[in-house]
Formats: sequence, C-alpha cells, structure tokens
Amino acid sequence: MSEHVAHPIGAFGQESIWKGNKCEWDDLRNLAILSVLEFLMADSVSVPALTIPSSASATSQRHSAVVRITHWINAISFITLFVSGIAILLAHPRLYWGETGAVGGPSLINLPLPFVLDISVINIRGAGRYLHFLSAWVCVLTGLLYIVSGVITRHFWRELLPSKSHLAWHSLAQTISNHLYFRRPREEEELSYNVLQRLAYLTVVFILLPLMIWTGLAMSPALSSAFPWLRTAFGGQQSARTIHFFVAVSLVIFLLVHVVMVIRAGFRKRMRAMVTGQSSASRTTK
Amino acid sequence: MSELVTRRNLITTGLAAVAGYAGLKTAARIADRFGLLPPDHQGLFGVGETLTYASQRILMSGHPLAREFSPSEISKVAPINGKPPESDDYHRLAGGQFSDWRLLVDGLVTRPRSFSMAELKSFPVREQITHQACEEGWSFIAQWTGVPLAHVLNLVGVGERAKWVVYYSIQDDWWDSMDLPDAMHPQTFLAYGFNGHDLTIERGAPVRMRVARQLGQKSVKYLTRISVVDSLKHIRDGLGSGSPSVGFSWYVGI
Repeated sequence: MSEHVAHPIGAFGQESIWKGNKCEWDDLRNLAILSVLEFLMADSVSVPALTIPSSASATSQRHSAVVRITHWINAISFITLFVSGIAILLAHPRLYWGETGAVGGPSLINLPLPFVLDISVINIRGAGRYLHFLSAWVCVLTGLLYIVSGVITRHFWRELLPSKSHLAWHSLAQTISNHLYFRRPREEEELSYNVLQRLAYLTVVFILLPLMIWTGLAMSPALSSAFPWLRTAFGGQQSARTIHFFVAVSLVIFLLVHVVMVIRAGFRKRMRAMVTGQSSASRTTK
Repeated sequence: MSELVTRRNLITTGLAAVAGYAGLKTAARIADRFGLLPPDHQGLFGVGETLTYASQRILMSGHPLAREFSPSEISKVAPINGKPPESDDYHRLAGGQFSDWRLLVDGLVTRPRSFSMAELKSFPVREQITHQACEEGWSFIAQWTGVPLAHVLNLVGVGERAKWVVYYSIQDDWWDSMDLPDAMHPQTFLAYGFNGHDLTIERGAPVRMRVARQLGQKSVKYLTRISVVDSLKHIRDGLGSGSPSVGFSWYVGI
C-alpha cells in the first residue's frame, strides 16, 4: 500500500476531510467510499509487469486485494456449504433421476449413509437449511464480485487463461509429469500459475460453481414455476439434485487437491501470498 | 503486517461496519414495506432468508404457475410423512365421516364464518397434477382435488390491512402461514381429494392445505382454522410457522 500518496484519489480524499479541522459527514462518507475503492484498486493497478528486473524489489505482488478477500470469504462459505450440505443430504441419502424419486421407487444410487432426520444430532438449530442458504448467498455475492473485478482488471486473461505455449504438448506433458512425480515447483512458478492450475481454477469458476448454482435453483419449486427450463434442462428436479451432489463431490476433490498442492509448494509462503498479497520470490526477466 | 493496521484502515473498517449495520436496518424497513420481509428475518440466518424471499418475490411478481403434468406421469410411489392425530376429537370426527368437521375462517375478514365439508365440495372444483418435493429430498407427482383458497377468502372478504394467511391443524404443533400472493395464487387450495379419491386419514383428511410452489411442509394436514392477519409478530413464537424453531425456513419456495 506504499503507493497511497501517489494515488490521485487518495490525495483528494485526505485533503478534503481535514480542511479547517471540520469533519463534515459528506467528507467522512466520501473518505470511506474512496478508501475502500483505493484499497481495492491500489494493488491491482500496482502489479508490476513481469518484465521488471529482479533487482527492483525483494518482495513481489502476488495476489490482488479482491482476489485475497474473495478467496477467504469463499473458503469459509465453502466449508459451511459443505457441512450444511451433508446435514441436508443425510435426511435422504438416495439419488434419483428424472422428476421424482422416493423410498419404495427406483433409485439411481443408494449412498452408504444413514438416514438422519433428527437434526438435534448435529445439535445446532439451523445447521442445515438456514446455514446452507446463508452461505450460498455469501458464496454467490462474493463470487460475482470476483468475476466482475476479474473482468475489469483482466485477471482472467492475464493470469488464468492458458497461453498457446502452455497448451503445447511438451509443456503440458512436462507439467503433468512434474505433478505426478511430486516435484517441487521452481521459484518462478510462485509468481504465475502453471497450466494445470489455470485449467483447474477456470473449471471451478466457470463450470462447476455455475452448475452448482443452477442445479440449486432448479430444485426450487417456486423458481422452476417462473423459469421451467431451470429444471427441464436437467430432466427434472431429482436429476438436478443428483447433479448438485456430484458437482459438490467434484468441488470437494478440488479442495483436497488444492490444499495438498499448497502444502507441497510451501504452505507458509503460499499462505503469506494469499493473506498479505506478497511473495518472497523475486521476479525475473522472462 | 503493520501496514495493514493503520489508523486509516481502522477508521475505514469502523465506518464500513456502522454503514453496513445502518444499511441493513434501512433495507429491512424498506423490504417490510414492500412485503419482502419474511417472519424469520431475525439474526444472521435471517439475512439469507430475506435475500431468498425478497428476490423470489420480485422474480415471481407475475405469479407464474407451477408446471402441471399429464395423468400418465403420476408417481406410483407417494410416501407419507408423519402420523395421524391421536386426539379423541379427531377420532370422533373421523368416525362420523367428518360430517361434524368445520373449517373456521376468521381474522381480518368482513364475514368470518365456518365451512362444512359439504359446503366446500359445492364450490368450484379444481384439479391439478403437480410435483411435490419434501424438505428431506424425495418427491412425487400426484393429482390433487379441492377448492382454491382464493375462492373461500373472497367469500369471507379479505380486509384491506391483511398481509398474511395463518392456518392451523388439529395437530397443535403443525401450523403455518403464507403471504397474500401465495394465498390468492390459483394453485393454492384446500385439498380434499388425492389421485381421484377422498383424502385418507394418513394424507390429511378431511382437508389439507396444498401450496404448489413450496415444499411439502407448507401443505398442512387436518385443517381446522384459517386466520387472516396483518402481522405475525404476536402469533405463537412470532416466526410465522412451527418450522423455524426446529431449523426449517418459513419460506420454502426454496
């Protein structure tokens, strides 16, 4: 945040509030809004280009503020969605295909889980539906913030979209073999994502999470009356429920691999990058 | 790390918190004014409930109909949840084929009165084959027969201040409520028939509520009384239904 003074918005905010030692409400409000804007923008506009020589600084900008904030909010909502999702699933751990399904009729999969109807087992009122819907809203709203900011700052194109060279056969094979042999990433990989990371993150952000939201909405009897295609696109309410389950399983697998990779790549360094935004790795000229 | 805890950041955070709290309070007041605030809007979970209820009310302002299916799509398996009432009163009513049963409609209505089974059956009959999902996860398609709740409400005359319709079962702990848009919806009705037969005792005889666009818990069995009110605050625990106190939302259009 050392760029504050140089930032035109920051200078304006500071000047107008302290004039004549009077603290006007409008000024305070402007300062609040501007400070938030500045905090969010400062990092994203100050990301140095990869061409800056390594001697420029000891630490480098790794993740923008929006990426870090939305990452951790979504990490929390991911866990609460998972816990409450299990509570909801245990009320009826069977999966069906089509519009309908019930005990006594044909099912797709009988999960090897007990039927737990009594929510007092979990012993927290609202640990199921109430928590699931609150967390879903948090996840969706921060997700939207992330998407909008990712488009504005070109985060998706700059950092996530694989380049042609990434997708070339030999480079793809090299990255896959690095992972298969659990080779530690080289230092410059701390500053940009490898091709498997890029593909995994893009899949989660643009395929799995939207599918999760869609199948969730498709289960709603009210919304599917207003938008019947929400449900018919999947072949019925129970199909949507089944897909919701399998996409959830995919997301949990992603989370496990993600955490293992973070530990493998250096837990402290990666956590530091996602919390403070800084990476100790020095940027090298490419 | 010290860069993160500057005076400026503390002031910003404090202001944002105050603004956020005031914003939530104002948002709640506005939402209530436009009928977008569910009775279980309190607390942290209430934020999620309000967002869900308000956004769905806005998206469904055109009062869309739930999909109706063809007779060939009626499910062969339609499970039943819960046990029939064990009270002597109910056994007596059932023993007399419910000829002594009455449905009381009162509250903010011009002509409060009660209806017998014969009267309800003399009103325009509505049949629909719709999908019903349970909160637990299972679902079935069935044909329901009954009289639209709107028809009965129009007969007694709904007062101007009316906002909610509360309905009670012979089973004392099963009661619920809905807003006027759902109560006046053509697919919300007092059901007395199921798949071509009178409701059985297990399915809620003589009459149960049927709310096509919400989960099954809203379709209260063994109806005895319907009450039109302007506020749910002083009815039992004030949460509009027996469900929130056991962890289920009041609004289950989901």
